[in-house]
Amino acid sequence: MTQNILGADIRSRQHWMAILAKAMWDNLEQMWKSFPISCPYTLLRKPETGLVMVEGRTGGTGAPFNLGETTVTRCTVSLQSGEVGHAYVMGRNHQHAEIAAICDALMQSKHHNKTAREIIEPLERLAQKGNAKQAAKAAATKVDFFTVVRGEDE
Amino acid sequence: MYVAVKGGEKAIRNAHALFDEKRRGDVSVPEITTEQIKQQLSFSVDRVMSEGSLYDFDLSALAIKQARGDLIEAIFLVRASRTTLARFGSSKPFDTSHMRVERRISATYKDIPGGQILGATFDYQHRLLDFSLEEQKLQDETSVETRDDVGLDADMPRVLDILNNEGLVEQASLEMNEDTPPSDLTRSPLEFPADRSLRLQNLARADEGFLLALGYSTQRGYARNHGFAGEIRIGSVAVEFAPEELGFPIEIGEMIVSECEMINQFKGSKSAPPQFTRGYGLAFGQVERKVMSMALVDRALRADELGEEKTAPAQDEEFVLSHSDNVKATGFVEHLKLPHYVDFQAELELVRKMRAKQRVMKEAAE
Repeated sequence: MTQNILGADIRSRQHWMAILAKAMWDNLEQMWKSFPISCPYTLLRKPETGLVMVEGRTGGTGAPFNLGETTVTRCTVSLQSGEVGHAYVMGRNHQHAEIAAICDALMQSKHHNKTAREIIEPLERLAQKGNAKQAAKAAATKVDFFTVVRGEDE
Repeated sequence: MYVAVKGGEKAIRNAHALFDEKRRGDVSVPEITTEQIKQQLSFSVDRVMSEGSLYDFDLSALAIKQARGDLIEAIFLVRASRTTLARFGSSKPFDTSHMRVERRISATYKDIPGGQILGATFDYQHRLLDFSLEEQKLQDETSVETRDDVGLDADMPRVLDILNNEGLVEQASLEMNEDTPPSDLTRSPLEFPADRSLRLQNLARADEGFLLALGYSTQRGYARNHGFAGEIRIGSVAVEFAPEELGFPIEIGEMIVSECEMINQFKGSKSAPPQFTRGYGLAFGQVERKVMSMALVDRALRADELGEEKTAPAQDEEFVLSHSDNVKATGFVEHLKLPHYVDFQAELELVRKMRAKQRVMKEAAE
């Protein structure tokens, strides 16, 4: 099924997978607990923790180099209706990866709208709110330095 | 040579139990949690992540607790833990131009587009002990000021691009080749001469103290490259990974990194006009001193490429890269305390023989 996805569909899938991966665990857990749909699924790949080598770029924008590794947990599930969901989530939280994989599958299923409304969109709003708060705190430390003419220059 | 010893199991067990007791300290004092370490000793956690070369706050905090706060021991524990995990692959290289900055300063330009953002910093503090911290207090979050009116640019312009526009600074990297994967010292041992990607990987996980001392040495004249902090950034970047089963990249999370771009004067060579050259520092977490030192050392190590005379330790890549890793260094230095009885017996015999020989020769001469 995923093979037939068009470019735009890939972009929207990337979008929700990113939101699921970057979600704070507490938020995701809470939303999942109150999610009204029960969705039987099979674990195609049990949550498994491994490493991803993270690459940076020389000078920020130049040639890649290996910066170091991060822990990552992945999981693959399939719903009874056949949709396959994947998750790759930084860190070692198995439950996070499992729920993210189920949500990825749900977003491809007939429950798309409900999942988007009750999980993806609220998570996105929370992330935006958190980022805005952090940015507002940083913005308060924005500084204007004045250069002062020193006496000996006069 | 180290010759294995047998026995002593009981004493060793007891020593470890005693270590555990010392770690716990006075039991009337509440035990520290890894969550407390993660939240309240974040610079220690970040250092262990960066030198342990593994981005995982929880493992880092656990290692610090287990090592009783000995950060090099904690780094060792993290490195060992890393070897138990399989690697899924490599991320897409991230571009720090898209960093969500928490701190961003330039020492070269006062008025930079996007502004100077101090963030949470030691800078301009008086370095007087704050005795009020001896008391526990509930800090209300609202005591931190926020400003919604100022706004931070999503993609802050890079300070070095300003110089770049005038052609006064070299490009970020001349050896740009997306098809060749960068060198990886976790897969193959260090070989010399090293390319810049290998050097940067080595420096990113190098001991902060070692890099600090070497960086300092370049400032004091042992490499003749006077650096300016063109830009220092700390903030979050998204990490993208393309799993085979999906066939397209996805963001798997965000990480906090520190970045420093040093600019150094360069008088030019036969092929290059006088211009500024760059040294680069990047590492996990908020590790500003580390990335500043790294950038100075990265620049010094480019001596060959820039046709500079090599006179200083910081320019000697074999010296720098072979001694920068504190896990390797501590392993070799600390192994000296393990039993070397047989080895030392042999040395003892040798010295006795040499002395006897010398005595005989002296007597013969008299």
